[in-house]
Amino acid sequence: MSKVFVHALYDDDDKLKDGARKVRELGYSIKEVFSPFPVHGIDKIMGLNRTRISICCFIYGVTGFSLALWMISYMLVYDWPIDIGGKPNFTIYHNLPSWIPVLFESTVFCAAHGMAITFLLRSWLFPGVSPKNPDPRTTDDHFLMVTTAYNDQDITALVGAANATGAVEITKVESHDSHH
Amino acid sequence: MSQYTFSSKTRNMTFALMGIGIITLAYGAIMKDISATRFWANILLEGLFFSFISLGAAFFMALQYVAQAGWSVVVKRMYESVTTFLPFGLLAVFAVVVASAIGGHGNSADIVYKWMQSDATDIVKKVPGVFDAMLVKKHMYLNVPFVLIRTIICASIWIYLVRLIRKRSIEQDLTNDFLPIHYKNIKTAGIFIIFFGITEQLMAWDWVMAIDHDWHSTLFGWYLFDDMWLTGIIVTILITLHVKSRGLLKEVNDHHIHNLGLWMFALSVLWGYLWFFQFMFYWYTNIPDEVVYFQARIEHYRAPFWIMFCINLLLPLIVLMTRDTKRNPKYLIGVGCIILITHWIDAYVWVMPGTLGLSPHFNFFEIGVLLGFIGLFVYVVLTNLAKVPVSVKNHPYLEESIHHHL
Repeated sequence: MSKVFVHALYDDDDKLKDGARKVRELGYSIKEVFSPFPVHGIDKIMGLNRTRISICCFIYGVTGFSLALWMISYMLVYDWPIDIGGKPNFTIYHNLPSWIPVLFESTVFCAAHGMAITFLLRSWLFPGVSPKNPDPRTTDDHFLMVTTAYNDQDITALVGAANATGAVEITKVESHDSHH
Repeated sequence: MSQYTFSSKTRNMTFALMGIGIITLAYGAIMKDISATRFWANILLEGLFFSFISLGAAFFMALQYVAQAGWSVVVKRMYESVTTFLPFGLLAVFAVVVASAIGGHGNSADIVYKWMQSDATDIVKKVPGVFDAMLVKKHMYLNVPFVLIRTIICASIWIYLVRLIRKRSIEQDLTNDFLPIHYKNIKTAGIFIIFFGITEQLMAWDWVMAIDHDWHSTLFGWYLFDDMWLTGIIVTILITLHVKSRGLLKEVNDHHIHNLGLWMFALSVLWGYLWFFQFMFYWYTNIPDEVVYFQARIEHYRAPFWIMFCINLLLPLIVLMTRDTKRNPKYLIGVGCIILITHWIDAYVWVMPGTLGLSPHFNFFEIGVLLGFIGLFVYVVLTNLAKVPVSVKNHPYLEESIHHHL
């Protein structure tokens, strides 16, 4: 038999966490959880890896800093040196204090935009994408846990776990594409 | 048991440090090679540094009430105990202001606040170059009676409000009807924050900026404010980790330590931001009577000036950037202790050039007075910490704090 997705719908985030814990205890992995708000601690229960977005942030920040330093030193030191109020002495070292605000802003700009764009791409969220949310109620007051079953034994175990932890609705979906 | 005990070994060590301090001060008072300026400047330096630690903790304590913050409840007793040094530190600062006022009344130049010399404004008119002409215009604000009145009013109201908040916070644990006390504390904390926000600026000008009376900076109050907050947080972290190492405070977990580490990281970066912008604006405009402050420091106090800036900004920025170091007591204690020392050097650079002139003085006297104040600070804080259980019993956000998750 082909794989079946078990959708367990909860009306409370604590019950959702109980259900997720139970499924993990039985040795199954959780495919996805849909929730109207961030549920604290659910990532740990699902066994997700720690986010790498902070590493991206650091790389984007360093990129922004380097780009700005390159741009401003090219403009003000190599290409067209301008004496502003007797200040720039036409070397990077002497000019650096007056460049710090620009370097700082550029670092923050690149780090923030880079992180936002990375996050949206990684989550595949941009105009024109069809929604992956299987149940619109999860944008309001319900929580949905999706698990994968490969045989009847799996289905019995996963449905049993969802029932035992107070799921309000349990559905079996052949594949996510046919659901829409 | 959740009672911290101040071990006799540590207590004896603080007594030994206080003894060193008293001997050093007695030496300075009797021997002629320590001038009166140097004697009082050192007391001012330590008074400012340690009362700023307490003020930072006091502000943080009030902030937790006003922001209705939940996570900090389990470490509440730590920062509350840090605030207890406030009367001692402010008393030292007050003593310096009074000593300067008395010396200035006798028209001595051997005082910390040079502008207090009774004929300072006359000198401006007669002898150019000794005092800046601006001093005559500043006289309306910067005169001895007004400064004394401001100091007494601000310091006593701060001490009163901070002690009141801490007293009520301890009372909360003794009664089951603790919610009304909590709400009262929120109000008092709000009053304290508003009052402190304004008066901290005034006192930063009077106590620190007025040492270099020819110079002024509108950013100075903020810069000192961040210094207070940061040093207060560092000492709170050190005490929390110390108490935890005794096997107490089981409810304080990685997440609380991480949160405190975040504060240390964020405030260090803010400190660097404020310090740098104060420097950059004067450097860029390059107006003679504005750059005197930095000229004195860059030319004559070059090593402490640049070393403390680089360490205070870069060390926390690089080491505490990742999540793991903020949860590791070894890193927190290491970085905390180092930047606590370099913030002391920062305070040294506030006080010394304006009082002792352009040649830096640093020998056994500075170290002795510092050790004495460290002894007194640790003694007062740990004695007060040992008086009440370190674990909080009654607080509306206690559960939230125990389950704090970052």
